[in-house]
Amino acid sequence: MSEYQAKEFKVLGQRLQRPDGIDKVTGRAKYGADTEAAGMLHGKILRSPHAHARILSIDTSAAEALNGVKAVVTRADFPTAAKGYEDVQDNCMAGERALYDGHAVAAVAATSKRIAKQALKLIKVEYETLPHVTEVEAAITVGAPIVQAGQVSKRVPEGYSDNVVRYVSFGHGDIDAGIAQADATIERTYRTEASHQGYIEPHACLATLNEDGRGDLWVCTQGHFWIRDMSCAVLGLESANLRVTASEIGGGFGGKTTVFIEPVALALSKKSGHAVKLVMTREEVLRATGPTISTLMHVKLGMTNDGRITAAYAKLFYQSGAYKQGCADFGAMPAFAPYDLENVHTEGFDVVTNRPRTASYRAPGAPTACYAAESAIDELCQQLNLDPLAVRLKNAAKEGTKSSYGPTYEDHGLIQCLEAVKDTEHWNAPLGANQGRGLAAGFWFNFGGETSVSTFLNTDGSITVTEGNPDIGGSRASISMMVAEEFGINYDQVRTTVTDTGSMGQNEPTHGSRVTFAVGMAAIKCSRSIKAEIAQRLAKTWDVAVDQVSWQDGKAHCLDASKGIEPMSLPEIGAIANNTGGPIGAHHGSNMEGAGVAFGVHICDTEVDPETGYVTVQRYTAIQDAGKAIQPDYVEGQLQGGAVQGIGWALNEEYVYGEDGRLQNPGFLDYRIPVASDMPMIDTVIIEVPNPGHPFGVRGVGETPIVPPLAAVGNAVSRAVGVRYNHLPMSPPRVLAGIQAAK
Amino acid sequence: MSSTHVSTTINGQAVEYVCPNDASLLEVLRDQLGMTGTKEGCGSGDCGACSVTVDGRLVCSCLVLGVEAQNRQVETIEGMADKNQLHKLQQVFLEKAALQCGICTPGILIAARSLLEKNPDPTEKEVRYWIAGNLCRCTGYDKIVRAILETAKQLREEAA
Repeated sequence: MSEYQAKEFKVLGQRLQRPDGIDKVTGRAKYGADTEAAGMLHGKILRSPHAHARILSIDTSAAEALNGVKAVVTRADFPTAAKGYEDVQDNCMAGERALYDGHAVAAVAATSKRIAKQALKLIKVEYETLPHVTEVEAAITVGAPIVQAGQVSKRVPEGYSDNVVRYVSFGHGDIDAGIAQADATIERTYRTEASHQGYIEPHACLATLNEDGRGDLWVCTQGHFWIRDMSCAVLGLESANLRVTASEIGGGFGGKTTVFIEPVALALSKKSGHAVKLVMTREEVLRATGPTISTLMHVKLGMTNDGRITAAYAKLFYQSGAYKQGCADFGAMPAFAPYDLENVHTEGFDVVTNRPRTASYRAPGAPTACYAAESAIDELCQQLNLDPLAVRLKNAAKEGTKSSYGPTYEDHGLIQCLEAVKDTEHWNAPLGANQGRGLAAGFWFNFGGETSVSTFLNTDGSITVTEGNPDIGGSRASISMMVAEEFGINYDQVRTTVTDTGSMGQNEPTHGSRVTFAVGMAAIKCSRSIKAEIAQRLAKTWDVAVDQVSWQDGKAHCLDASKGIEPMSLPEIGAIANNTGGPIGAHHGSNMEGAGVAFGVHICDTEVDPETGYVTVQRYTAIQDAGKAIQPDYVEGQLQGGAVQGIGWALNEEYVYGEDGRLQNPGFLDYRIPVASDMPMIDTVIIEVPNPGHPFGVRGVGETPIVPPLAAVGNAVSRAVGVRYNHLPMSPPRVLAGIQAAK
Repeated sequence: MSSTHVSTTINGQAVEYVCPNDASLLEVLRDQLGMTGTKEGCGSGDCGACSVTVDGRLVCSCLVLGVEAQNRQVETIEGMADKNQLHKLQQVFLEKAALQCGICTPGILIAARSLLEKNPDPTEKEVRYWIAGNLCRCTGYDKIVRAILETAKQLREEAA
């Protein structure tokens, strides 16, 4: 059933200012590390210097004896984790083995950061180092050191080491038959290195856990309900007894959807009897929180001389860190999602290694798969001398296309995005020497999920919206705008607040591009319930049937003209609420279905210095179907930010491991994310093909923008140099090696 | 670690504190003085989130010692607005949506003000190179650069 109803919007589409804006430009906004408590201690974590080691013993006595140290915890201080949360607990605090460089092995709470740091040096850990493996290709090979024994799922095919723990496959048709129909085929292997989400705010929390098992946690997170549930599962607590408040959040991009330090801070608080503040250093963030996957990917494609793709096959190995999890399915599903294909097959493998447990990173799994697929398509276009845009248009998925991962598409804007490419000045601009232009299409599913929202009419007629999803890029503004639109009132009359876990029902984190879609829809449903309640009350007051009360232009109207009743505004209705039955409010809690898919198409121009291999991005355009852009500035911001993260992944960012299995570049100097002088302006085009699943047509926009850039940049560099690059990042040494090999 | 008594001026206000000799200015601001508007992103001078000015010079406060503030003028984000009147940069950042999560915003505002004091008519390239030491992971820098250029334009028009 379609939720969408076409109408003229009054509030939506305006570039209104966010309610948290002034606090953020004046330094008043409170982030994870910006608060304190009376009697507070400072926590610090001791981390393994080994890629893989058995922990033979931990002697904490000297640390405990240091003046100012109030508690030391190790794994022995944690109860058995709830079923399904064993790995989460083990990642927070190592048990028998330390599985990666940076794995937590003990923690201290002391009266100052200095004393806590000093105490870490007094903890004596006896390790027995074990063989390690950090690279995906080595890890899958039979005979590799095994990171976690006994984890292999039944479906995993023969021929790999036991580090290959999970296998998925998707598709339809017959690849061999499709290849037989092709005029040209290509088989390629691609590699991408791990990147980090790179949020500027390190993880931080302030924890209090009392002897009776009741506690409070202040934390920067994308999802405080998940932080609560995970912390409770790891520590044996009841969810109702741990109230978690989300601070303002300094970036997450998927990396702040799980626990790292929170259960440790809670355990230290319980043991010490004090509140404990724990803040990660940048080095800890890079060594011990969720980077993303590294990959090894094989692609086989067939194409006719006129550009029809006859077969598309991909085999994707995703290195997912030290624990069984990962996102091979989210890579294998969307790899060829932009295309209408008769023969498509994708296989995904999750591979464990001695690296940090990976966390989601914006469309987890899709950017690398898209890179492999779109690079192979682009190379075939070059071989057959075909226009890459025309080929993508020729094969583009439409409404009613059976997708490469199963479901049949509802209406979406891929064709419109591709058509928009033609109209950009960028696509038609000439290129200079050593310059190349790359094009890539990308897809993300988008998501709805568990959502709870409450909405209240205040006695002065203003509207309070209370929700449970941390606002990272302006969602409070977007939600207020949707509620104002639904009531027909001004944006300034609505305020949306993110509340704690003790004040609201369950919510999935701010992930999956879900918040504007799902929380917005729940807030609209609450608004409609309030309007229905108002209609009931006014029908009684006016002595008319409820269907004689109508809501138009921000007021309740009596349709029975014989009554001679003037329309009533929200302030008038709020003022008499006490006499018509009391406070007026509504709650909505459900799993939000109907998140429409989002396609994006990116164009990138690069220039390559033939002497150094250094790549500059000259020009960039990101085009995406937003369904309906509630606040266009914030949609553009998502497109621009995602594109630049993808450019960083394509050109600079890389986890570098030494022979010893230790991370070589755990700092912003050596793990280099794009800086302002690296980038051009990022042009954007917003396409609006309404999502049938949302009352205002909204699609999530946050993740799709990072899907096409790896391929768009890769195609641009390859075309600039005349050499195909199949390994990201395309750092100067790799690009230069390609140039020299071609000479 | 021994400590030192420091007399300094922060945002025009005389301030006295005693800090450990190895404490950074950032640590003093945030942990001792409760001025948490200045952020810590790396502690190694790579991200610029802790940008402040000392005697008008733009610095990473994580790379300056608390004791070095003796007899100097320190300016932080808390002193940027004039009471309830936002600085032009702060206003334009809001109007142009030049922030998303906001964690880098105080540092970027301080850096941008420092640029415009020295160069009231910067080119896009000059803006980009000036703030190259201020990392932002959300915006891709586009709206930040536009907001700084727009502010410069408005300030020049006001001065004319």
